[in-house]
Amino acid sequence: MQDEPTPEELIKAVADFLRNDIAPVISGHNAFKLRVSINALDLVTRQLALEEGSNTAEAERLSRLLGKQGSLTELNRTLADRIAKGELDLQTPGLADHLWQTTMDKLAVDQPNYASYKRELESKR
Amino acid sequence: MIEEQLGRWVASWCAGAIGVANSLRLSGGASQETWSFDIMHPDGLIGAILRRAPPGYGASPTRAAGLDAEATLMQLAHDAGLPSPRVMHVLTPQDELGTGFIMQRVEGETIARKILRDAQFAKARPILARQLGKVAAGIHSLPASKLPKLRQMTATKEIADVEREYRSFGWPRPVFELALRWLRERDPGPSDEVTLVHGDFRHGNLIIGPDGVRAVLDWELAHLGDPMEDLGWICVNSWRFGEIDKPVGGFGSREELFAGYEAAGRRVDPDRVMFWEVMGTLRWGVMCCGMMQRFRSGPEHSVERAMIGRRSSETEIDLLRLLVPRA
Repeated sequence: MQDEPTPEELIKAVADFLRNDIAPVISGHNAFKLRVSINALDLVTRQLALEEGSNTAEAERLSRLLGKQGSLTELNRTLADRIAKGELDLQTPGLADHLWQTTMDKLAVDQPNYASYKRELESKR
Repeated sequence: MIEEQLGRWVASWCAGAIGVANSLRLSGGASQETWSFDIMHPDGLIGAILRRAPPGYGASPTRAAGLDAEATLMQLAHDAGLPSPRVMHVLTPQDELGTGFIMQRVEGETIARKILRDAQFAKARPILARQLGKVAAGIHSLPASKLPKLRQMTATKEIADVEREYRSFGWPRPVFELALRWLRERDPGPSDEVTLVHGDFRHGNLIIGPDGVRAVLDWELAHLGDPMEDLGWICVNSWRFGEIDKPVGGFGSREELFAGYEAAGRRVDPDRVMFWEVMGTLRWGVMCCGMMQRFRSGPEHSVERAMIGRRSSETEIDLLRLLVPRA
């Protein structure tokens, strides 16, 4: 077992340092690159916090939908393949819900401020 | 150094010019550069833009029209009275600047967030969609006989193109698969009318002033095809920058865009426009994945490239909103 602090805590500390102490004194193209870099660290922090739960739920949904077990990548390859062949489509019970849930979980990590995502979150409430 | 090179022959294509100054690299990767500079002239400074592939970077990617074709199209658009910079000079071997062209610099804004939010554009925003409809109609009406050689595209070819690129990544994306099925099932077939298509008619390639649209730039993806493609592409949600209820660039409605287009004497086919909006959303998603690949394989190993890969999920939620809207 590795010691504390956790990766989440370390990355957040670095991101906060860059955001609060370094960003104000950098200008020009490097300021833009720094902002993107801070966004990347924030994304990693969200992924570390959310990925385990969303991956487990996604794998369960995929197993039900496809009637088979496997790694998340294998299951996604099978799903992609069956949609491509027309074996599964929007009439298939559970497919639309699965794609929506999986996509919402991706946006929660990738771009939680994306307007389409925020709109869908609101309308679900 | 570029100033010295530009200055050497400037008088041969700009009568009376005595040199160039204030050169500034604007953007571009290794294969294509954009420079802003001023031509020094007894009557005052003349703003200019150089767009070039440096010596040794002649070949263009398969989808690109090529810089010579871009210059021809820009000049044609300018001569037809469309908002377009005047082409001042097409580079020759004598210039020793590679291939490309020099155009008049048009003042204004290309950054979407400023156009959508800054007070100075408040009067422009309500009229832009209609204006751009008219501009698109003008582009689609440019005479075929004067066009340079361009690739010809159809909906069928475009689906195959985007599918090939997506499959080359070897990474499963069920939402993209669903979109590909949707597109194949609704492939509208060849367009009755084949015209010039700008191919990248959206924020970033439009110079906007407080008075409205001032110039259309970047003809790199110009081709022959279905004119409805340009109207669908400008409606893709990725170019709304948060203003998701205004489908045209975050500033206007489809109805305004279509009204401007039809007022210029051309017909809109809304079903085809919707097809191209879905197509464009998928295409941008695949392009985001492609930028991630270039990050991973080395040549453009920047954090910006890497992070664009994480924007492809934005197009997945937009595709679901188009194809499987939730009640």
